[in-house]
Amino acid sequence: MLSLIKTAWDIFLHTFHKRVTVQYPEEKPYIAPRYRGRIILSRDPDGGERCVACYLCAVACPVACISLQATEDEYGRRYPEFFRINFSRCIFCGYCEEACPTYAIQLTPDYEMCEYTRHPLVYEKDDLLISGTGKYHDYNYYKVAGIATGSRGKGEGIEEEPPVDVRSLMP
Amino acid sequence: MNSVVMPLAVIVGVLFVLTTVSAGLIWLERRLLALWQDRYGPNRVGPFGLLQVLADMIKIFSKEDWIPPFADKPVFVLAPTIIMVTAFMTFAVIPFTPGIEVADLDIGVLFFLAMSALGVYSVVLAGWASDSKYSLLGAMRAAAQMLSYEVFMGLSLMGVVMLAGSFNMRDIVEAQRGLWFCIPQFPGMVLFFIAGVAETNRLPFDLPESENELVAGFHTEYSGIKFGMFFVGEYLGITLISVLIATLFFGGWLGPVFPPAVWFFLKTFCFICLFILLRASYPRPRYDQLMSLGWKVMLPLALLNLVITGGIILIKG
Repeated sequence: MLSLIKTAWDIFLHTFHKRVTVQYPEEKPYIAPRYRGRIILSRDPDGGERCVACYLCAVACPVACISLQATEDEYGRRYPEFFRINFSRCIFCGYCEEACPTYAIQLTPDYEMCEYTRHPLVYEKDDLLISGTGKYHDYNYYKVAGIATGSRGKGEGIEEEPPVDVRSLMP
Repeated sequence: MNSVVMPLAVIVGVLFVLTTVSAGLIWLERRLLALWQDRYGPNRVGPFGLLQVLADMIKIFSKEDWIPPFADKPVFVLAPTIIMVTAFMTFAVIPFTPGIEVADLDIGVLFFLAMSALGVYSVVLAGWASDSKYSLLGAMRAAAQMLSYEVFMGLSLMGVVMLAGSFNMRDIVEAQRGLWFCIPQFPGMVLFFIAGVAETNRLPFDLPESENELVAGFHTEYSGIKFGMFFVGEYLGITLISVLIATLFFGGWLGPVFPPAVWFFLKTFCFICLFILLRASYPRPRYDQLMSLGWKVMLPLALLNLVITGGIILIKG
């Protein structure tokens, strides 16, 4: 009986507690920098597209919301002819970002992408591609030393940087 | 002429105020529950979300008023009106202020008990006419619960009647000029409050409705404005029990400084808030717990209260 009265009293004391609600449009919650929100395609520091159209993101995607078509430019470099993400399917799991070998596809802390219809939720390459480097500012896929081929050694290709000495502590 | 217009004006005024108040209670309840759960509740539509009530009303009026093909149509339609009519009828005997009262009945308390007993029909008929399992289970519970709580509800009021020496609500209020009956009749008040909660099917005694076992209990099959009438009827019931506690145990309109209407409103408001606090605090008891509480604890306590009050009155002579 006393515990019943105490229950009611404790509940009543909540009148003076701070409310936990975040009044969303006026008041925004804290979003962690690594929050998995809207997906973007980034560029390397030289302004070129990072995406090499390897299809790994599309393969990794559990809901198959990414579709793209690979093509090559006049130097034989691969890039996506189109790159389409259907955000009405996307579950923002971040597997595409993990699968990407060139840091091209990245998830951002932006989550405000509601629409009244489904159609505008299909983002084309123009919508996805940003002008910056995203989370990895200095990374440039084509400048990282690859492997030695018959015609040239490791780090000797066009614009390739010398291989990293993994035994050195220097950056 | 005046003898016709005044009562009519009072009736229309009381009906208008009651409908507004019981609709407003939906907003009040949601805001208070939210407050006690550290939320905000409806605060978007209009100032403090007050127009939420209006929005809900527009919504509920424009919803499809569906009668299931398997339902017993006349009874199905009649049931929701009973709960509102009986609740409104009871307000007729309440003296709101010295001047405002619809009917000065000498059997005021009995009239209330009769009307609240009739109110059970609404729930039972609604559950029966719906012809659905959940509704029937809800109605069965309602019948058992409301009848067993009716018994000691009447008994708990008899102490007040004995002290005042009258069934007339106005006389009861006048008899509290010296001391409010909440002090000599404290057990009676607690018993009446518990019975009142059970009568209005409010949490923690909302077994006829219990949404997590019976979908929505007796009004599972109802939609649109018929559902709205059950809803408003429930809030009318809360208002009614609060008004009665204020009248019978807390001296109705009596009080210093403020005008009678303000006192009446304040007292009623406190008990409405208490109703909502109960909902915020307690879980629903099991059905057998509810019944054994009613018959094995509350009824003997009510009888004991009756005997002791009677004894004291006899000794005092």
